[in-house]
Amino acid sequence: MTRSTINISTTVEDHHIAKLTALAIGLHIIEAVIPSPLPGVKPGIANIVTLYVLYEYGFATAAWVSLLRVFASSLLLGHFLSPTFVLSLSGAICSLAALYLAQQLPKKYFSAITLSICAAFAHIAGQLLVVRLWLIPQTGVIYLIPIFALAALIFGLINGLITAKLIEQKS
Amino acid sequence: MSRLTYSSNTSNPRLKPLLGDWLVIIISIFAVIFMFQQFWSFEHASQLRIRQGNKIIGTYDLNQTRELHIKGPIGESIIIINQGKVRFKQSPCHNQYCVHQGWLSHAGEVAICLPNQVSLQLLGAKNTYDSLNY
Repeated sequence: MTRSTINISTTVEDHHIAKLTALAIGLHIIEAVIPSPLPGVKPGIANIVTLYVLYEYGFATAAWVSLLRVFASSLLLGHFLSPTFVLSLSGAICSLAALYLAQQLPKKYFSAITLSICAAFAHIAGQLLVVRLWLIPQTGVIYLIPIFALAALIFGLINGLITAKLIEQKS
Repeated sequence: MSRLTYSSNTSNPRLKPLLGDWLVIIISIFAVIFMFQQFWSFEHASQLRIRQGNKIIGTYDLNQTRELHIKGPIGESIIIINQGKVRFKQSPCHNQYCVHQGWLSHAGEVAICLPNQVSLQLLGAKNTYDSLNY
């Protein structure tokens, strides 16, 4: 009998995406097991990979890495199609949208730090929108906005600095 | 060794936030401060509104020391105002939730004694919520 093998022709680009996504999934899962003092407040270290990829390979690759990371991590953690997954996905989509807009800013004045902060704010905005519209449809959610915004600012800044350092070391 | 000297050299211009980054950081800090003020307004209340059943008994200034006796269906609730704060001192209700709530002083805070249908609502300069309806 002939053994049937399926050959998927891959490009160098695909291999890059796969490697970087694997790295992002690793970071995502490390973060998932770190207990957080406040549910929902997480450093979002996987976004460092997204940002780095955006600088090194462009927006399309960054979008692939970010979305694949969300899907694959949720499968590994058993959150797929659960509210956690929807929150993760809405955050990722919003932060990609913010990154797309922020990368248009002149590079001379705006570095990875700006992009990281914008992405962090968009991430939390996307998540809170889902929480407000679907999970907890009441106005009490607004009391959480300042805490999450503060977390977004701090972690966005830290992730931005780390990304800036990584890009600098690469070049 | 070269790595050590490299990491101690922090005066690398590329790692410093750029002009636009500083702008974004500063705007973000102000935005977060604004959000805290907006959503966590711990504004001190200036007035107290007391309702019994579906009618407003009265609106009182909080900057005074006064004891109020409000008659409800099961008895008399005693409310004390003490220079900017207010509490149920005594209530004829069974579970005493209203009394245990203690002093209220921030705008938007509410204490309700459901059995006696008496509610206290603290009002600030601007009314944040209008959620007291029977």
